[in-house]
Amino acid sequence: MEEKLTLFKNRKRFGIEKNIDIIFKNTALVLSSFVAIILLGIILVVFFQSFESFSRYGLKFLVTSEWNPVKDEYGAFTAIYGTLVTSFLSLLITIPLGVGTAIFITEDFVPKVFREIIGSFVELLAAIPSVVLGLWAIFVMEPFFRTFFVFLHNFFGWIPLFSTEPTGRNSLLAILILVVMLLPIVTSIARDSLNQVPEKLRNAAYGIGASRWKTIFSVILPAALSGIMAGVLLALGRAMGETMAVTMIIGNSNAFSWSLLSPGYTISSMLANQFGEADGSQVSSLFYAAFVLMILSLVVNIFAQWLVKKFSLKY
Amino acid sequence: MNSLYYQKRLSRNIGDKFFTSLSVICALIAILPLIFLVTYILYKGGSQITPELFTLEPNPPGDDLDAGGINPALIGTLIITTIASIIAIPVGVGGGIYLAEYSKGGAFSRFIRFGINILAGVPSIIAGVFIYALIVSTKILFGSMYSGLAGGMALSILMLPTVIKTTDEGLKLVPNELRYASLGVGASMYTTILKVTLPSAFRSIGTGVVLGIARAAGETAPLIFTALFSYYYITGFEDLFYEMGSLAVLIYNFALEPYDAQNKLAWAASFILVLSILSVNIFSRILAAFNEKTKRL
Repeated sequence: MEEKLTLFKNRKRFGIEKNIDIIFKNTALVLSSFVAIILLGIILVVFFQSFESFSRYGLKFLVTSEWNPVKDEYGAFTAIYGTLVTSFLSLLITIPLGVGTAIFITEDFVPKVFREIIGSFVELLAAIPSVVLGLWAIFVMEPFFRTFFVFLHNFFGWIPLFSTEPTGRNSLLAILILVVMLLPIVTSIARDSLNQVPEKLRNAAYGIGASRWKTIFSVILPAALSGIMAGVLLALGRAMGETMAVTMIIGNSNAFSWSLLSPGYTISSMLANQFGEADGSQVSSLFYAAFVLMILSLVVNIFAQWLVKKFSLKY
Repeated sequence: MNSLYYQKRLSRNIGDKFFTSLSVICALIAILPLIFLVTYILYKGGSQITPELFTLEPNPPGDDLDAGGINPALIGTLIITTIASIIAIPVGVGGGIYLAEYSKGGAFSRFIRFGINILAGVPSIIAGVFIYALIVSTKILFGSMYSGLAGGMALSILMLPTVIKTTDEGLKLVPNELRYASLGVGASMYTTILKVTLPSAFRSIGTGVVLGIARAAGETAPLIFTALFSYYYITGFEDLFYEMGSLAVLIYNFALEPYDAQNKLAWAASFILVLSILSVNIFSRILAAFNEKTKRL
């Protein structure tokens, strides 16, 4: 008995072990704060680098489309317009396709095995690097759509959106490749939120005699709406920041045009194209454009986070 | 009596048919191009694969008929992703440990979790711009400008949110009983984490990290003005401080060349990149499904 007590007495934790414990905890704390440091660092660095251009052009930078390194005149309107148009229009095409596909996967139209295969296949596509999609767009999509674009111009040329003669790479192709990139995101998030709708709701709707699509439209989709919306916003953020595939297919021209059949520009493709060779105040102007892009994607992402938090506990 | 039978002409049944076919059409429109895309990349790229591809340097674009190989880009991608992993994995796993094991859901951890999601949404090219401003233009790394090291750092920014998130979520799935048991027999907190919770969450964390690495390997935008590109063999350690090629940047550069030989090289590089990324993804999926099965037993 006596012996055992002394054994316990000696079983104290050594000071050094306590210290290791504290050091371990604090290291983890520091490492986790790296996320915040990097995020703030990105915002501050991009802001301060763009300061020269910001003080020279102010908000005029956002609405003029002159981009002339020789005359040292910079305005990013074409790129900002291109970013917004390509991302919104691609989303407009993606949403019905993606949600429709998600409904197809979550309803029991075909056996579960097929639905799971389709689902994981769509998810796998999100893993394909965008530069490979760009390569595919240049060599397969562009030739494939060329005659269609000519047709579009011939018959709908009176609409400003199709008013230019199609000559190779253009904004519409960028929109289409963005659709290919966004589809997996929207589909998989919509599928997840549709799957989360409790089976009770569906059974209740069936029980009072609603047809399948009445149930989907009036019960299932409204219940899953917040999740789908968040997915759509995440896809929007991705579309605005997407660089490689768009840069490779959009044509990279700073001349402003309403037409989708003419070459265009987005902020990210401008950065990818010019950053390596820029010097002087062009660099600062590019940082300014990068800052605009960052603010756009931050707003969209924060809004998406807020939406998820606000509505996720409903069911 | 009739109302008990399915009536084809009822407007609700017609409507149902209509929407069902609409959703089938949506799924077809969504999936067919995607299938076509993957098979085309694998077919077109696969037909360009030769043994020399893996051993030669790419020839500078020109009228040469022979484009050479992609050895420097292949090695470069491996090196750059390794650098990114060396930075992102310890930081991410450490940060995830803090969030899952130490934080008590206070303002700080909520802010960090929010920050992770925001950082994950930052456009990848912005990470390149950031590293350019911080490291390339300041020549802070021993006076070198564009370097493989800078490229790896830019990629690590993109990997970090994935790693920290999977660590956080993986650790949260570990049952608390394991922690109580370990602390109960007198283990200190760090022993508990290193010897009990981390090992039991190892599979899920590992899968997430590997997927993150696979994603980073295909990223191009952060590399085009941090690591730039190089046509030459990587021969020694000091090459880390110079321009370094990568498969992704090779595809970008050579896709835009007007020469057929270079374009073919871009397809071959795409084949290797897509095949490795897809196999990592499929493998980790199978592993995850297998884990699910064994857990239920």
